[in-house]
Amino acid sequence: MKKLLAAILLCFATGAAAQLSIEITGAGSQRIPIAIAPFAGEGALAQSLTAIVRADLERSGLFRGLEVPVLNPAPTEASNVNYAEWRARLADALVLGSVAARPDGRFEVRFKLFDTVKAADLSGVAYTLSRDQMRATAHRIADFIYEKLTGEKGVFSTRIAYVVKRGPKYELQIADADGAGEQALLVSFEPIISPAWSPDGKKLAYVSFQQKKPIVYIQDIELGKQNVVANFKGSNSAPAWAPDGSRLAVSLSREGGSQIFLVNPDGSNLRRLSQSAGIDTEPVFSPDGNHLYFTSDRGGSPQIYRMPAGGGEAQRVTFEGGYNVSPRLSPDGKLLAYIARNGGKFQVAVLDLATRQMQILTDSDKDESPSFAPNGRMILLATVNSGRGVLAAVSADGRIKQRLTLSAGDVREPAWGPFIK
Amino acid sequence: MHAIWIALVSAGLAACSSAPSQEQSPAGVEERKPGDASGAQTQPVKPGAIARVDLTGKPQAKSPLTDPGNILSRRSIFYDYDNYEVKDHYRDLVEAHARYLRDNPRSKMLIQGNTDERGSREYNVSLGQRRSEGVKRMLLLLGAKEEQVESVSLGEEKPRAEGQNEQAWSQNRRSDILYQGEY
Repeated sequence: MKKLLAAILLCFATGAAAQLSIEITGAGSQRIPIAIAPFAGEGALAQSLTAIVRADLERSGLFRGLEVPVLNPAPTEASNVNYAEWRARLADALVLGSVAARPDGRFEVRFKLFDTVKAADLSGVAYTLSRDQMRATAHRIADFIYEKLTGEKGVFSTRIAYVVKRGPKYELQIADADGAGEQALLVSFEPIISPAWSPDGKKLAYVSFQQKKPIVYIQDIELGKQNVVANFKGSNSAPAWAPDGSRLAVSLSREGGSQIFLVNPDGSNLRRLSQSAGIDTEPVFSPDGNHLYFTSDRGGSPQIYRMPAGGGEAQRVTFEGGYNVSPRLSPDGKLLAYIARNGGKFQVAVLDLATRQMQILTDSDKDESPSFAPNGRMILLATVNSGRGVLAAVSADGRIKQRLTLSAGDVREPAWGPFIK
Repeated sequence: MHAIWIALVSAGLAACSSAPSQEQSPAGVEERKPGDASGAQTQPVKPGAIARVDLTGKPQAKSPLTDPGNILSRRSIFYDYDNYEVKDHYRDLVEAHARYLRDNPRSKMLIQGNTDERGSREYNVSLGQRRSEGVKRMLLLLGAKEEQVESVSLGEEKPRAEGQNEQAWSQNRRSDILYQGEY
């Protein structure tokens, strides 16, 4: 309940800009209790920096934000920390900081993270920011804290892409990982599917039906320029970037059937990779770039296969069940997430490629389009709730669950963007 | 009469003033911009001259493609779940369209394959493609020319029937035949 409140408060705190709100529906069993004291002087900012940091950390399902009483004078990163006092408040970690206005109209934020159990200063950072970099700075602070305390990189500064259907319109949107700052990249009366981030996070490949058939485009996010990658006779679909961004795998029907081809981002150097009499689609590169995983019905039912990225013989990867589609590799290449039909329900499954252990992660029944966070912790997915398309996220171990809701419209086709360098 | 059909088809069917048939995919109609495939020819006019438009002439003959009494107005083929086999009872329909393409070598056709909403959107694009390609292959075997027919897929993206039940789904597992000017 507290989580839910935090999510709602976050919505209010961020005002009308936040269209997508995130609600935690299941959290990790061992959450780190953390006290984030409101930064001294943060009242000068339009919204509370520490509220955003806390909401970020809580949304991860790995932290429990503690209520911090109003302290006078407000402690700062330079204060002497009374560890016993914070331990008495049951905090394992403490964040103290301050915000100062600079003569040039910008702000300086300084903060420090403390381990109250070990009575240790875990260091901190100072950022200079303009007014409109407030949210981005809060996410960077949350990323810093997350990495220090969990040992893995935070994804609070990353972005997600998804498609919203509002009435007759399809909108390809990009938002911050917390759902704030939604912006439309492409608006069309025809469907848009399968957005795929370039590895540098600067472009999106996607399939648009704007010419009455599926055509693969790449759009530069900043410049808004749309380029055709594959527009051949028949259908052109399912773009996936190679990890180095030098080429894409796509599924084309130009030679009959849906087969996997490689193509450069500018549409040049097309070459066919798969050779089957059936359907081969939904290619995705392994993180090392050496293999392609894809969906094929060559064995009689749609299953996931793997083949060398240079072409060659394919091996079947999934065996359980009669419908396994939409493969996605975890960033470390160890887990395969996909959609499995399980007793008539379409659910997110994860296969440990080393142990062959398979686990169904969700209890919904119309899941689609799984997408790993760049740190591999969460999997974003599309599902249907009360007849409406919504996004949800589940941790790769199935413990943490989130639901992302948009004020209006059907949401589908999520894709989690890469780390921002 | 035959000449009229050819003229109509090659003009992109735009001269046809009848409402789009029920069997026509909404995808082909809702987005048509004014001027698209209008088939209207403009004539240069001498200065001072007056160009005359006469709408009082005889109504244009109905196209067999949209005449509800003609089998050619039937444009949809329905499928079983996760299946792309064209059932036997569509043979007459496919043969009639093949004959039309043979008799009208300048006519062009787009076949749109569709699926129900279940499962992966991308797999459904491929499944819809399989459906439309199956129809295309039959038409080619029956004498239509490769350059006359393009088969594409709309996957699950353009459902004819909204709803999450077999009644809606069975309407959406479908190939639609559209002639040039209808898409």
